[in-house]
Amino acid sequence: MGLKKYVATRVATLFGVLMVTLLLTVALVGSNMDVILKQGVAVQVRHEVAEIPGLADSFESVEAFEKYVQDTIDRRITELGLHEPWYSPQRIGLSMYKILLLDFGHATFLTSDSGSSNVGDIIAEKLPKTVLLFTTATIIISIIGILMGALSGSKVGSVLDRITSSFAVISSSFPVWWVGMLLIILFAFTWQIFPARATPPIPADDPGYIGALLYHMALPLITIVLIGFGAWAYLVRNFMVGILQDDFIFAKKTMGIPKKHIVYRHALKNAAPPIVTILALSLSGSLGGAIITEAVFDWPGMGRLYFEAITVLDMPVIIGATYVLTAFFLASIFVADILYGYFDPRVRTGP
Amino acid sequence: MSFTTQDLWREFRSSHMGMAGIIILGTLILISCVTVLAIPLETFQGWSNPNNWLYYPKAAVPGWTNLFLPEAIPEHMILDDSVTYTDSAGGITLHSDIFTINYKYDDFPGGFIYEYTAEYTGAPLLTMSVLRPDDTLLNILSMPLPPSDSETTHTEKIFSTDLAIYKNLLLHSNEFDHTIDGLSAESIIFSDSTIHEPLDGRYVFTVNLYGSQGDAIQDSILVIDGKAFGIMGTDELRRDLVVGLLWGTPLALFIGLVVAIGSVTAGLIYGVYAGYKGKLTDESLMRFNDVIYALPALPFLIILAVTISNSIFVMIGFLMIFGWVGIAKVSRSMALQIKTRGYVEAAQMMGQSNTAIIFRHIIPQLLPYAFASIAISVPAAITTEAGLSFLGLGDPSFPTWGHILYDANTYGAAARGMWWWIVPPGMMIALTGLAFVFIGNALDAIVNPRLRR
Repeated sequence: MGLKKYVATRVATLFGVLMVTLLLTVALVGSNMDVILKQGVAVQVRHEVAEIPGLADSFESVEAFEKYVQDTIDRRITELGLHEPWYSPQRIGLSMYKILLLDFGHATFLTSDSGSSNVGDIIAEKLPKTVLLFTTATIIISIIGILMGALSGSKVGSVLDRITSSFAVISSSFPVWWVGMLLIILFAFTWQIFPARATPPIPADDPGYIGALLYHMALPLITIVLIGFGAWAYLVRNFMVGILQDDFIFAKKTMGIPKKHIVYRHALKNAAPPIVTILALSLSGSLGGAIITEAVFDWPGMGRLYFEAITVLDMPVIIGATYVLTAFFLASIFVADILYGYFDPRVRTGP
Repeated sequence: MSFTTQDLWREFRSSHMGMAGIIILGTLILISCVTVLAIPLETFQGWSNPNNWLYYPKAAVPGWTNLFLPEAIPEHMILDDSVTYTDSAGGITLHSDIFTINYKYDDFPGGFIYEYTAEYTGAPLLTMSVLRPDDTLLNILSMPLPPSDSETTHTEKIFSTDLAIYKNLLLHSNEFDHTIDGLSAESIIFSDSTIHEPLDGRYVFTVNLYGSQGDAIQDSILVIDGKAFGIMGTDELRRDLVVGLLWGTPLALFIGLVVAIGSVTAGLIYGVYAGYKGKLTDESLMRFNDVIYALPALPFLIILAVTISNSIFVMIGFLMIFGWVGIAKVSRSMALQIKTRGYVEAAQMMGQSNTAIIFRHIIPQLLPYAFASIAISVPAAITTEAGLSFLGLGDPSFPTWGHILYDANTYGAAARGMWWWIVPPGMMIALTGLAFVFIGNALDAIVNPRLRR
């Protein structure tokens, strides 16, 4: 009963957040976007009018011709629904409804690599790239982190423990993208092992594309793992230190069970709930990618798409990408909440 | 749970990590003070103005790298300390500006520029010559200044690529054993006469102005273009990186501290108010808190920077919007505990107003926790601002570390191996973050009851 109510409140709150996010995005980008769209319509109409031979000569005066052009522009704007301000309830309501049904419309400027301007297509093309890089990185980070954390947690105060702890603290204050730039200097300039730009130069339908993509992925992957695993190891270490002080571990020790066995079987099993929670959080969080990291390596994923869309103010892409990023972000919060609630008996049993 | 500020400081002093953080922070504050006091404000305002950096070399490595290299890279020299002589004989006044340089590098300079302002009447003659270490005298240039009947000032830049200089130097070809045809002016002037290699030693550049009484050269500057410069080198836009790095320090501290103090104060008051009032107020304030907490911060900051303003002060406000949420949650739960204590209930019975109780009795109890939160929030604020600047969304009129890195990325510094443009700004960001992480962790270990053993 407690868990059900808990889940229901969380779902309601997160859905509310999703709506607020969309509304804020539409509000922030909307006014700028309208100006751009109207200018675009005007340019297009003038272009079309100039294409029709003899049209300009058929008018008696320049004023009459101008009036005709202006009327055509106004009519086109009304047809597109742009005559109403962006904050009118119909327009916001309509766009929110469409977005909820995952109909993001067509991009204004950007296209996918295959040439489609459908926002859904563009996102569908970028999302797998982000999953490939960031989800792989998250998995590697968690494996290294759990092993190192368990090892140093079982030997508190040892050299390994000190190195892990200080590495965690120090690596947390380095910006990931800056470390990326350093690795580009080292591996792409000084030693020339990996390419600096992470986008393969060959077309996507080439048979060697997958291999090239993986090769280009190496440097960003190394960067993310290098900066990420310290925090993981530190977290797991702290859980382990807490659990290894518990009575049942002393009991196992006195029973003569080998230390390795205790650490990796019993202690790690008890530390599992929070670790699984965090793993879920970072796995689903990794789907959003990282805007700045993708910018450094020019990785063709969601983060870079988002940044490109914002710099040219491509409203449909911004809204579509914000929706997808926010949805993943909220899903990760939700999964973490639920797992936390499930593992925490106070929430599970309820009053 | 109850701490006075003195207790906090006494315990803090015994923490090695905390003290290390204080030392780093102290150094950064010292750097900021020195920067603000010693470096003229014009360099800061003129950071993005290319005209201020004309005399500086393009993408030069730091000067000290020569200590570690087998071959000495020519250092960039900006000489404005010429020795001036005037002499007058037979109605002709000679005005001489003499520059002496000691050349000791294993490569030729990239060129030279001579800039001067002459005050004269009539049509004086300007000559330029160099006395080399092997005592040969090379005439570089000889040219009349534009004639004028009245008192006039003439400002000009003479570049080493000037064809007249090349032609003048070719006249000296018999003084060189190797052919100097097709070589650039600077690699003839600084070349050994037997073999085409740099000749080290003392070079004396003399600029003579033969004119009438009262003619003079003002603001005479000789720039020998090198590939190494200063303590931190220069970037592709010829800017002295040491200036940017130094100015970045007070900016980063300002951004970090203002955002951290602002958001912690706001979060503290919000959370305590929610916790103290309870019931419906608490419920609605916390729902609002949940909404802000779940907003994706970076995408929103980017949209706000693009659509509203990228002024540094507006950005600080935006960063605060996303900074206060976590603190509000924790201070609410702490306020819930404190409000049940006897003295709070006593104050309520004495009829003290809610505001008075919150500010006199509850918030002082949370101050140690607030200090720790401020220290922990600073690095995030600094890295987020740096990240936004790195994406090109920062305030272009301020030389922040993130903005330096943005320029570096724009000019492909990483792939071109220009480490001096990338390593120092990032190190400064990391170091500043580290100082506050150390202080924050040390404070947290003292005030957080769960971490106390």
